[in-house]
Amino acid sequence: MNYHVTVNGVEATQPPRPGQCLRTYLRERGCFGVKKGCDTGDCGACTVHVDGVPVHSCLYPAVRADGAAVTTVEGLAATVPGDGLHPVQQRFLDAQGFQCGFCTAGFVMTTAALDEEQLTDLPRSFKGNLCRCTGYRAIEDAVRGERHVERPAAGRGVGANLPAPAGPDVVTGAARYTFDVDVPDVLHLKLVRSPHAHARVVDIDATEALRVPGVHAVLTHADAPERLYSTARHEHSEEDPFDTRLLDDVVRHVGQRVAAVVADTEAAAEEGCRRVRVCYDVLPAVTDAAAALRPDAPRVHEHGNVADEVHGEVGDVERGLAEADAVYENTFHTARVQHAALETHGAVGWLDHEGRLIVRTSSQTPFLTRRALCEVFDLPQDAVRVLTGRVGGGFGGKQEMLVEDVVALAVLRLRRPVRLEFTRSEQFTGATTRHPFTITVRAGARRDGTLTALAVEAVSNTGAYGNHAGGVLHHSLSESISLYRCPNKKADGYAVYTNTVPAGAFRGYGLGQVSHAVESALDELARRLDLDPLALREQNVIRAGEEMVEPGGHAADLHIGSYGLQACIDVVKAARAQPTPPAPPGWLTGEGCALSMIATGPPGGHIADATATLVADGTVELAVGTAEFGNGTTTVHRQLAADALGTTPERITVRQSDTDLVGHDTGAFASAGSVVAGAAVLRAAQALAGDLVKRAAAHLDADPAACTLTPDAVVVNGHRLPLPELHTAEGDVVGHGFHSGTPRSVAFNVQWFRIAVDPDTGELVILRSVHAADAGRVLNPMQCRGQVEGGVVQALGAATSEEVVVDAAGEVTTTAFRTYHIPTFADAPRTEVHFVDTHDTIGPLGAKSMSESPFNPVAPALANALRDATGVRFTDLPLRRDRIWRRLTLGPSDPA
Amino acid sequence: MSVDLHTVSEVVDPRAPWREGDAWLGGGTWLFSEPQPHVTRLRDLGMTRWEPLVEHADGSVELAATCTVAQLARHPLALVKQCCQAFLASFKIWNVATVGGNLCAGLPAGPLISLTAALDGRCLLVDPDGGERTLSVPELIVGAGRTALRPGELLRSITLPADALSRRHAMRRASLYPLARSAALVIGTRGADDVVRLTVTASTQRPHVVAIGQDTDVDAAIEEVVAAEGWYDDIHGDPQWRRHMTLRFAEEIRQELTS
Repeated sequence: MNYHVTVNGVEATQPPRPGQCLRTYLRERGCFGVKKGCDTGDCGACTVHVDGVPVHSCLYPAVRADGAAVTTVEGLAATVPGDGLHPVQQRFLDAQGFQCGFCTAGFVMTTAALDEEQLTDLPRSFKGNLCRCTGYRAIEDAVRGERHVERPAAGRGVGANLPAPAGPDVVTGAARYTFDVDVPDVLHLKLVRSPHAHARVVDIDATEALRVPGVHAVLTHADAPERLYSTARHEHSEEDPFDTRLLDDVVRHVGQRVAAVVADTEAAAEEGCRRVRVCYDVLPAVTDAAAALRPDAPRVHEHGNVADEVHGEVGDVERGLAEADAVYENTFHTARVQHAALETHGAVGWLDHEGRLIVRTSSQTPFLTRRALCEVFDLPQDAVRVLTGRVGGGFGGKQEMLVEDVVALAVLRLRRPVRLEFTRSEQFTGATTRHPFTITVRAGARRDGTLTALAVEAVSNTGAYGNHAGGVLHHSLSESISLYRCPNKKADGYAVYTNTVPAGAFRGYGLGQVSHAVESALDELARRLDLDPLALREQNVIRAGEEMVEPGGHAADLHIGSYGLQACIDVVKAARAQPTPPAPPGWLTGEGCALSMIATGPPGGHIADATATLVADGTVELAVGTAEFGNGTTTVHRQLAADALGTTPERITVRQSDTDLVGHDTGAFASAGSVVAGAAVLRAAQALAGDLVKRAAAHLDADPAACTLTPDAVVVNGHRLPLPELHTAEGDVVGHGFHSGTPRSVAFNVQWFRIAVDPDTGELVILRSVHAADAGRVLNPMQCRGQVEGGVVQALGAATSEEVVVDAAGEVTTTAFRTYHIPTFADAPRTEVHFVDTHDTIGPLGAKSMSESPFNPVAPALANALRDATGVRFTDLPLRRDRIWRRLTLGPSDPA
Repeated sequence: MSVDLHTVSEVVDPRAPWREGDAWLGGGTWLFSEPQPHVTRLRDLGMTRWEPLVEHADGSVELAATCTVAQLARHPLALVKQCCQAFLASFKIWNVATVGGNLCAGLPAGPLISLTAALDGRCLLVDPDGGERTLSVPELIVGAGRTALRPGELLRSITLPADALSRRHAMRRASLYPLARSAALVIGTRGADDVVRLTVTASTQRPHVVAIGQDTDVDAAIEEVVAAEGWYDDIHGDPQWRRHMTLRFAEEIRQELTS
């Protein structure tokens, strides 16, 4: 076959495989900027131009590109005159129109192809481009040419809108994510997954699979270590039950991996999977959490169906309810939702020349994953290295070991490089979700609004495995309740195993679910007392200096290190007082708000090591363990270090997320990137600054106290010792920093919506969205705003559309973005973000975390606004248009 | 499992003898979006170079199966653009996806099924031996994702008669989210005969065309044709809500076209 295509001006004549799409053809030619986000044409991350026409290359038959000129993001700049970037790339840099950046190439390539008319209708023009991080405001600003980034002067980094250092790579497609590297001779691993919700694997016959040309191995439970572990990654591994085996002879959910086929090509691995014959002894299954709690329910695990439980009471809730003038009780449900990070789970592993196992993975926890691999395979710590590239979104989903273990097994068995990359469909069937909760709240208050009782019963469905079951359950019943002063509080919780896809860590870590119930219940309580719902909250919230009272048990290291909640409430009060935006005629309007509080780190410690090293050219190299997945910590670390060293951020290089770099790092989760890893960075930089001055003073024969560290030299009385010269004399000078993650403070978030609802269609429109955040001292306002906006929009997805549907047989039926609807550009309202002025006594330079917390108050604020507009309390998420109509039209008896 | 169709061993001329495992390759946007382990050859309709859109002397318009959505969207009829915009898919998909592909996928929310059904489209089918037959769109689409196509049969073109194109048109659609997949899509037409024809799609398994006279009870007429298979139930909308939206749209359109 004659084939000829020009890719970014370079000719290629290698014919594609007959069924190959253009995306994989281009990636095989090294165009790693062309991303896979969905495999179905829904996310647009693979957008390229074919003869100038924008297409989704994942759906474009590569054979059709014969004779064409293809432009990818790598070649875009060359299509315009001059040496610089394409104007669209420059705009995405100027506005920082990205976070993780995995979708950015697609947005850049799409924007570059829009005509004037299309630019006037961005919601429609960006159908088919999904971003999971930003909430789209930053992308719109980029398209419109807004500039947000700043170039701070030396020592003025903190508080400035420093751009993400990876920006130029992100907008040109040069940023290297997990699979954007060429690993020679890599084998492809594909998984055989269970079709049954619960079954014993009686026999696996791999004979036919092994006959497929190119198949090297079929790995089954017979090949897997016996050792049980948890996929969840925590500093203390005993926080999660050891209930998972690498490949098990019992399967507990549809989609659980049963066997791994390793082959020369994906095609051969897939064909091998189709030919593996598995004989199952099907067992009784239970998919509903309430049903699983019944004594006669099928047992998901031998030790029973309760993965963890919480019980605690302070005061006497029954007495408190008896003393109340009004009592409200109701049961709420939150949906099973998926992280939908644009980069799917995946890892590639190999052995280096010394036989050391190297795993490059899309993970938030490289150090904890190394620890787990060492435990599973009985290897010493120095025999394994885990690292990440840039990570394409996480949201908690990558605080798990879901691929690295089976990749490691294959690498160790075959002594060859092996890769496993989840498809989008596998993300839904074989990864993790947020825990769906059923929550019953009983709340009582006196006529004047004083709370007398608050009791919460929560049942979470943790699915087939207990990863994060206990952690999420405990956390769900902590800050959601301790946020309010109340003499009588009670918490009861069960995390329940079922034969469904496992739940795991997800932004907010249980708080969003229970906050939905508590904040809805308090709203109703106020209505019963004819009080303003915000005023009732204001009257009962925890105050500065007060002890947090959690019926499930309080961690001693958690304090209110700064208090901005009242200021957040005041922001909402001011917004409410402003004129109401108009609503369409005939529509109902209403407003609602909700509060949330969150610890700035996890209980039990979160460890970060950092080093700051003066290198030969006089600049500083920072090494941190934590991963960058769009959270912006790399930028913040640079700012912190630059200020401590009196230099400019460009003179700080950050190396990160590699177990070879620093001693230990618990990982990029629990909102710890700025306040824990950041604190370690600050200390490392301060230590280096002190050491540089001391050493320079010795060379200059001066008093260290008289010396000043400038961006490129140490100066004293008109004499200067340039840093490169100091390096020549002293070699690498290293400052070390460490943080244990304790004590911890709390951050506050308040969300307020004004909405309109069409009762005849169920359509809900957000007229105004205001979010007030107490992030302590805001280290990078542009990035912090982006975290809030992204959190709000992600939460709106969970509140209005997202639902992983599991059918009666336990099978996930929503396995693509066309059935699992995450917010698009058209769905995302603009949120006014207000940071209140606080300075934390615990966090680095007064900062607090602000990555998970914006999620938590959003759903209840929306549900409260819907209640205000319609007079009906909606207890269950998501608040879909059809369900709103159904409830308003057909009434409460309807079993929706 | 992945986006490459690994079982495909050959891309062939569409005139090659039909064999088991063959699939017609139009734009590829549906074929490449799902695993197709049964497909071993692609019959590349891109080799045909059919004229995408032919205006015949009698005023009818013949859309080749290979006409892309982008080519179709340039047609001046407002209804055409409205239906193209009803696609869940991006304008980038329009550059590749074909009219024939949308019909042959047979999805309830296929907006070009709505369009061609409302405009009395005649579907020309060609069997592997060259034999031809013509079906209306409601005859071609027999269920959700199911068509009357026989093995090896090809949808060659859809002809929209001049009369249908020249009628007055009105369109309404509902979806769960602003620009998401259609959950109900109703098109009304009114021609010189003053008969209002309502085409109901997306909320039903397959397209239904209902003629409305002056005394017709619109709700009852629609309920009657939908009754047998019921209102469509999938993730894109509750069936009762779809019914409600459909009947609301039907009444709105009736009023619009008879005012």
